Formats: sequence, structure tokens, C-alpha cells
Amino acid sequence: MNRYRYLLKKTGWALLTILFVLVLNFFLFRILPGDPARALTRDPRMKAEAREILRVRFGLDKPVINCFETLTPLKLGDCRVNPFETQFFIYIKNLLQGELGISYKTNRPVADILAERLWNTVLLIGAGQILSIVVGVAFGVFAAWKARTAIDYGALITGLVAWSLPTFWLGIILLFWGSTHGFPIGGKATPGSSTYPLLYQIGDVANHMILPTLTYIIVYMGEYMLVMRSSLLDVLAEDYILTAKAKGLSAFQILKDHAIKNAMLPIVTLIAINLGFTVAGAVQIEAVFSWPGLGGAIFEAVESRDYPLLQGTFLLIAVSVILANLIADLTYSYLDPRVQTE
Amino acid sequence: MPNDIILEIRSLKKYFAAGSRGWFSRRERFVHAVDGVDLQLRRGEVIALVGESGCGKSTLALTLMLLEEASEGSILFEGKDITRASPQERKALRQRIQMVFQDPYESLNPTQTIEEIVSEPLAVHGLTPNANERRERVIRALEDAGLKPAADYLYRYPHQLSGGQRQRVVIAGALVLEPHLLIADEPVSMLDVSIRAEIINLLADLRQTRGISVIFITHDLGTVGYFADRVAVMYLGRIVEIGTMREVLQDPKHPYTQALLSVIPVPNPRLRRKRIILQGETPNPIDLPGGCRFHPRCPLAIEACKHTDPSLIKISSSHQAACLLLQP
Repeated sequence: MNRYRYLLKKTGWALLTILFVLVLNFFLFRILPGDPARALTRDPRMKAEAREILRVRFGLDKPVINCFETLTPLKLGDCRVNPFETQFFIYIKNLLQGELGISYKTNRPVADILAERLWNTVLLIGAGQILSIVVGVAFGVFAAWKARTAIDYGALITGLVAWSLPTFWLGIILLFWGSTHGFPIGGKATPGSSTYPLLYQIGDVANHMILPTLTYIIVYMGEYMLVMRSSLLDVLAEDYILTAKAKGLSAFQILKDHAIKNAMLPIVTLIAINLGFTVAGAVQIEAVFSWPGLGGAIFEAVESRDYPLLQGTFLLIAVSVILANLIADLTYSYLDPRVQTE
Repeated sequence: MPNDIILEIRSLKKYFAAGSRGWFSRRERFVHAVDGVDLQLRRGEVIALVGESGCGKSTLALTLMLLEEASEGSILFEGKDITRASPQERKALRQRIQMVFQDPYESLNPTQTIEEIVSEPLAVHGLTPNANERRERVIRALEDAGLKPAADYLYRYPHQLSGGQRQRVVIAGALVLEPHLLIADEPVSMLDVSIRAEIINLLADLRQTRGISVIFITHDLGTVGYFADRVAVMYLGRIVEIGTMREVLQDPKHPYTQALLSVIPVPNPRLRRKRIILQGETPNPIDLPGGCRFHPRCPLAIEACKHTDPSLIKISSSHQAACLLLQP
């Protein structure tokens, strides 16, 4: 009963946050300076009429929103229009119908682009996240277990250095190194490989993933390791660990049954937060390795003022961060019985 | 009756390395946490170990539990030297010596239910492989610890219980192994005064019903009077006075014990007593003062105290104190 109410409350908050993001998303990009129609048609030979046609086609001729006193300094509102004829209303209406709009630049439906890009990002970042969590947590446990020995200090320094490396810099270094060692250095697959057998294609994609995933693991592993180490050291200093020792549990049993479960709580939070930063990190990794993922899409969309695509990616990121937080909250209530009775 | 002795401690010492004196000094320095303690505990006896914080009483407890390695001396439990027991022997010993820690808010794993906490020791020691039997023993331990009816507590988590209830769970977790010796390290100091008496009564009952020997560690001489048979007063890693409860509380011989006793509040406003307030700080246990280790703070110190380190002097068959002024 208690758990059910907790779940309901958390889901309610998640939905409310998504609503807020929807509204914010819309205005965020329209406040930015720059005109999408102009960005689309950098060609100076293009006539004003042709530009106007493009404007009408994407609905950019309509006012952003109807009269709204507070928005006048931003020159977004107009009082003389029908509220149902504004860009904002059309945006909300389309969203409710599952319509994310058409990309200004590529003319393709944003939903299609996102679906294709999302899968690539999930593949790359998913592999990177899972591996960095596994490796980082394992090293963190090991370092805490060997606390204040040479192994621990070595792991600590390595972790700190790895954590503070700039993602794009490490990516470029690995790219240089990989190019001389026969690794594919860009893209997701060898051009023309789609005609080869499936097994070959899978191997080809995996091969392309090696360098970007490695970059990702090195950068994120350090963080997981450091947090796990200090969290586990905190737990190992608790009295219930000493009690367990006094009860006759072996060191391994204490680690397995008492320490790790309690030390995992900060890691769960960290994973949820990182899923958000993941896409930011992915922007750099995907840009360096020309990986056709969401991060790359953001990069390109910003360059061409592609509002629908930007809105779509930001919405997707926001929804996934909120979902990740929701999952973290629910995992918490499972891992830590104290959470339910707040 | 040598068999009557359950625990014997012989000049036990526990030093902790505290680094060297300076960057260029090779001489290592040590914290003399426990510095030569002798003690005998009879079966079914309750001994109170009293001293201010930092006097080494908790270190002594951890060393007795074999959670800290003794530096010197030996511990004999039920006639056997356990100081350098192998890991297997240690595990077997853990069934017979159990400990209750000070803070019931810290000593229970927050992610386990009460049943899991209390039944874990049984599983670890491979006792009662039968689930029904195990549950029965858990229920019995919980009810012995005063949590009745035990069924109400089995599926609850520590955070849903009060401090007193938590400490009862800790005690149940110790009792479930049916130990012969219980070491309670300040088990009531984190609890409300009203709960303290209950927990102390519980420990007294356990001694009666189960014949458990108890080492009751406290910094508060006031709580000792309730149920201890004997009292040992510790100062800077040593026992400075030991005797039956009546001897120590009513006729303290060591100036330190006298000072401790003089500041216990007495519920009689007309009674005017002379309070002995000790001057100065407890000396640093790294650089112990020469001579009697209490002399820098002792109100009665004489010149000889600066040079001679007194050993325990017999006052009666059961009463001993380490003070030069008592020498015949």
C-alpha cells in the first residue's frame, strides 16, 4: 500500500516535470537569436518570395504565441491573432497527436530521425555505461577492500586522472592511436557493408564501437570507482559491519551481504544523473568519432537552427532523464526500506 | 575452583602505531590504549568496567572479541588461550562470546528485516538448517530480549523501531547464539534515561535465567550500581581499582574512583558533599607520564608518585587499588 502510493506520487511528479519541459523547450529555442528560414537558405541568390514560401510552409509566418504581456520584451507575442493560429498551439496540438514536426533542414519527419539516431546512441552509450559501471564499481570495491595500500592509492590516482580527462581530447588521442593500429576511426559501419551477411555486419559495427566505447569507459569509470570506493569505505566503518564481524561472518560474507548493498545507494543516484550527462558527453564522443547518434543530431541541428529537430532531441533527453530518475527512485525504495516511510 | 573462571586476562596490552615523532625520526610512537590489564571473570558474574572516554575500555572489549589483535599478554577463555586462535577457532569462539555495541542506531543494517538480522548468526554458524526451527529460535531470542510478541517485529525494519527496541534487537542478535559471555560496550549510553533501566534490568534477568557472564562497559558509575557484582575502574589503559560493587562504591580507595564517585548526583538536596573536580586534561596516551599515570591530576599526589608506578595493592580478599598512599 505504502509502496503503491510512493510509486504514484513519483510518477505524478515525473509527468508534471515532462509538461514543464514541453513548454520550456518550445520557448527556449525561439528566444535564441537567428532566423531558421535564413539559416536554411544561406544562398544569397534566393529571392525573398522563395524564402517567404519556406516560412509559410513551416508555419514560421505565424506568431509564436498570442498576447502575453510578460513576453512582449522578447517580441514573441501578438495580440491580434486567434490563439489557435499560433506556433505554440500548433506545437502542443501536434505533440498530443504524437507529431514532432518536420526537420527544417532534411525535410524528414523528426520522429523518424530520432528513432534511427536514438538506437545508435543507445547502442554506443548503453554499452559504454554498462561497461563503465561494471568496471568502475568492481575497481571501487577492490580499492576500498585494499584501502590505504599501494593498490588503493594507485586506483585512486588512476581514477582521478581518468575522471578529469576532457572527453573530446581523450577521444582525439585514441583516434590517433587507433588509426595507426587498424581500428576504424569514424562512422558506425564500413560504407557499403549493408550488402554483406548479417554476422559480418554485426562484427563491423562492434569494431567501429571499440574506440568510442573505450573513450566513454575511461572517462566515466573513474567517477563510478571513486564514488563506490568512498561509499563502501563509509559503510565499512559502520557499527553493523563490526557487529557482523563479531557474529562470525567472513570478510567476503560481510562485503556481499551487508556492505555492497548499502554502498550501492549513491551509485544508483549517480547512474540516474549520469544518464542525463551521458547525452552531453555523447555530443563530444559522437562528434569526434562521427557516430550517427543523438549527440551528433543536436550538434547539426544547432548549426542549422533546426527547431523541430532540437525540440525533439531535447524532449527525448528530458523524458529519458526523468524516466531514469523515476527508475532510480523506485530502485531506491527496493534497496533501502527507509525510503518508503518518509 | 579453576573451572569456575570463564575468562582470564593476563597482562593484556594493545598498542596502536601513531606514526613517528617527526619526519626524520625513526623511533615509532604508540598509543598505549590497553597497557597491562589483569582480570578474572567467573561464570555467571557481571563485572562493570568503568572509566572516562579514551581510557581504553572499548579497545579492551574489541581485543577480547578478537576484533583487535592483542599486542602482548594473553586471553584465556574457558581455560584455553584464545589470543592467537586460528580463523576456524575464532569463528567457533564467536558463538560463545557475543557483543552489544553502544549505538543501536548504527549497529543494525538498515536494509535487513529484524528476522534477517537475528537469524543471520544462526545461518553463518550452520546451526539449525531447518527453517521452522530457526524461526523458533529467533522468536525465542526476541522474546527473551523483551520484544513481545515477537511475531510483530519479524518483518519490520530497524528504522521503524525506537532506540530501546533497536537495542533489544541487538541483544536478541547476540542471544540467539546462546553465548556464555556477553560484552556490552556502553549499551545504554545512547538511550533515554527511562529506557536505560529497562535494558539494564533485561541484562540482569539474562544473567539470572541463562547464567551468562557479562562485561558491562560504561563511563557512568551511576548505572553500575544496579546489577554488577564487581566493578573495575580503568584509567589510561590500566585497572586502577577493582572490587565488589559495595566495596568500590561505598569505600573507594583510589583517588580517581573517589573523584568519579563524588560527582554522581544524589537525589537529596540537603546532602552537601565535597565534590572533587579533577584538574587538567587526561594525559596523551602516546606520552604517558612517568611514575603513577594519575599523578598530574591527582589531588593527593606526593613526591614519590612522580617516580614510582604503583601496582595493585590488596585491601581485602576481593578489593585492590593501585595507589602508593595505600602502601603499608
